[in-house]
Amino acid sequence: MSLHLLELDDVHTNLTLKAGVVRAVDGVSFHVDAGETLGIVGESGSGKSMTALSIMRLLPRSGRIDSGAIRFKGRELTGFSEDEMEEIRGTEMAMIFQDPMTSLNPVYRTGWQVGEPLQIHRGTDVRASLAAAIAMFKKVGIPEAEKRVAQYPHVFSGGMSQRAMIAMGLTTSPSLLIADEPTTALDVTIQAQILDLLRNLNRDSGMATILITHNLGVVAGICDRVIVMYAGRVVEQGRTEDVFAHPEHPYTWSLLHSIPRLDADDREPLKVIEGSPPDMMRLPSGCKFQPRCPFAVERCDKDEPELRDVRGHLARCWVTQAGTSLNGSVDAG
Amino acid sequence: MPAEAVASGLSASTWSAADPLVEVRRLTTWFPVRSGVLARTVGQVRAVDGVDLTIRQGETLGLVGESGCGKSTLGRSILRLIEPTSGEVRFKGQDMLRMGPAAMRRMRRDMAMIFQDPFGSLDPRQTVGDIVGEPLEIHHLARTRRQRQERVRELLDLVGLASSFVDRYPHEFSGGQRQRVGIARALAVDPTFIVCDEPVSALDVSIQAQIINLLERLQEKFNLTYLFIAHDLSVVKHISDRIAVMYVGKVVEVSSARELYQSPQHPYTGSLLSAIPIPDPTVERGRERILLKGDVASPVNPPSGCRFRTRCFKAQPRCAESEPPLDTVRLGDHLAACYFPLG
Repeated sequence: MSLHLLELDDVHTNLTLKAGVVRAVDGVSFHVDAGETLGIVGESGSGKSMTALSIMRLLPRSGRIDSGAIRFKGRELTGFSEDEMEEIRGTEMAMIFQDPMTSLNPVYRTGWQVGEPLQIHRGTDVRASLAAAIAMFKKVGIPEAEKRVAQYPHVFSGGMSQRAMIAMGLTTSPSLLIADEPTTALDVTIQAQILDLLRNLNRDSGMATILITHNLGVVAGICDRVIVMYAGRVVEQGRTEDVFAHPEHPYTWSLLHSIPRLDADDREPLKVIEGSPPDMMRLPSGCKFQPRCPFAVERCDKDEPELRDVRGHLARCWVTQAGTSLNGSVDAG
Repeated sequence: MPAEAVASGLSASTWSAADPLVEVRRLTTWFPVRSGVLARTVGQVRAVDGVDLTIRQGETLGLVGESGCGKSTLGRSILRLIEPTSGEVRFKGQDMLRMGPAAMRRMRRDMAMIFQDPFGSLDPRQTVGDIVGEPLEIHHLARTRRQRQERVRELLDLVGLASSFVDRYPHEFSGGQRQRVGIARALAVDPTFIVCDEPVSALDVSIQAQIINLLERLQEKFNLTYLFIAHDLSVVKHISDRIAVMYVGKVVEVSSARELYQSPQHPYTGSLLSAIPIPDPTVERGRERILLKGDVASPVNPPSGCRFRTRCFKAQPRCAESEPPLDTVRLGDHLAACYFPLG
């Protein structure tokens, strides 16, 4: 059996808040292989960011991985000490966030920050780490790299800061990059530049990428496989082409039908997903999407379905598991 | 064409419903850049820098552009929520920028604004009833308390909220419900014209369609005219009849939504369209991308000539010499400010 680069097995992460315990990640399993880009899609509160923070062990104070396994290159991370995790985060896994400004320290020159991981984890001296930072700036497309490394973060534009943060994440050549909404705060023309950069880095270095996003267009453009999360669970998982061509979970199906497409030539009203994203403190019984689902049958509010193979990829839905195709049922929604 | 209308002395008395509802002429809104202990003005942010725009009665004009291009400032300047520096804004033929406070107040009853987050600027101690009812008070549109309550319930019903919500507070609502309250408040004065500033960008994807459909339904029901400002071109194309594209304080292209998508003329519009991801892997992976170099130009020191030339893949020396007017390309209703259009 081949070993996956990263493998999550039934991970449960809870947040203990004043109002009660939120099961932010509720039994999530998936894997990522070297060189591939995995998309995780979901709305706010779906658990997509908490899944990433569980992998990186960067959970907020209220968060704890309660059970499950996270294996990275065959090592079980959940038992690692904070020091051991620190070493892995600095060298083998990196994470970039939506807002680069909160990740870059305003009082240090950008070049120093980008080279710092090398000094800490590889014992590289200052001069060599600065040279590495310049090389990284060039790689991520920051013009005038020699001049830019001496500048402080506040003079960088949004797109440039995001490039600098990607450069910082990549200095130690990690095998896994987790990008949490890396382009959400950016304009579309800059988004296109950053996605192009991620695509090239992926192809050239064999690095694996987990891309967390709410934007299905971004997933369609660069992800090999995709996971759709809802209420802390994976509700659908498969190759991007398969999931988009024949979604087997009504949530995915509804999302794809509710967003306006630039290339659509009609002004039909959009298909609406009724209701609101679930209140994680008061989840419904049975399938968590069932109160908003246009396809729900009697069974859905009684038992929660498992994630099972439906026509070649995984979906957590009684209706499609029973053989019904969502694309065939035109009048739903 | 609009310039002629102004020259012919279009005024309130001659305005008819067939004329443009809103006419914006050479509008500029500059903000001073201050520096030093004396806060001396050292420059101007040319947020809106000479914009001509026509909005027809009953249509949705989409306004797109990247952050900092001036689209929100333009929307607010048209409603005079921000005082423009110069130019004209004619509403039903009357120049709003030359109106006194009393006339302006009467005019305001005909227009409203929907914000990205309607609760960002509101008192969290106000109930939904107070929030939606406030415009009725300001404009004396309800004579008795009873009348006001009835109208508020009617408005909540229009936007799909239960009338039991009147006594509740903003924090008890989800994002989508809050935006419905914001829309109800905008409708309170029974306006003709509504500026919608990024009304769905802060909402979860599954909620956006609800709000878009609601806005379309209301438009049909009340014959509303919308200026729909957003950075998401897919949303704008879906909801708009016509679209204006802004870049660094200027409108660079305006046309029907369909034509803008099918044959953009300005290179900026072309690159903007090609950068929007389409949620379909088979389509998305086969697309040609126009990747732009660099960042958006500064509105404090815009480049000479065409402001897009510093990032443009078609730029020629001429582009730096003079600024192309909006009607440089004129294909019927389709205008673009470019010497070397995509064609």
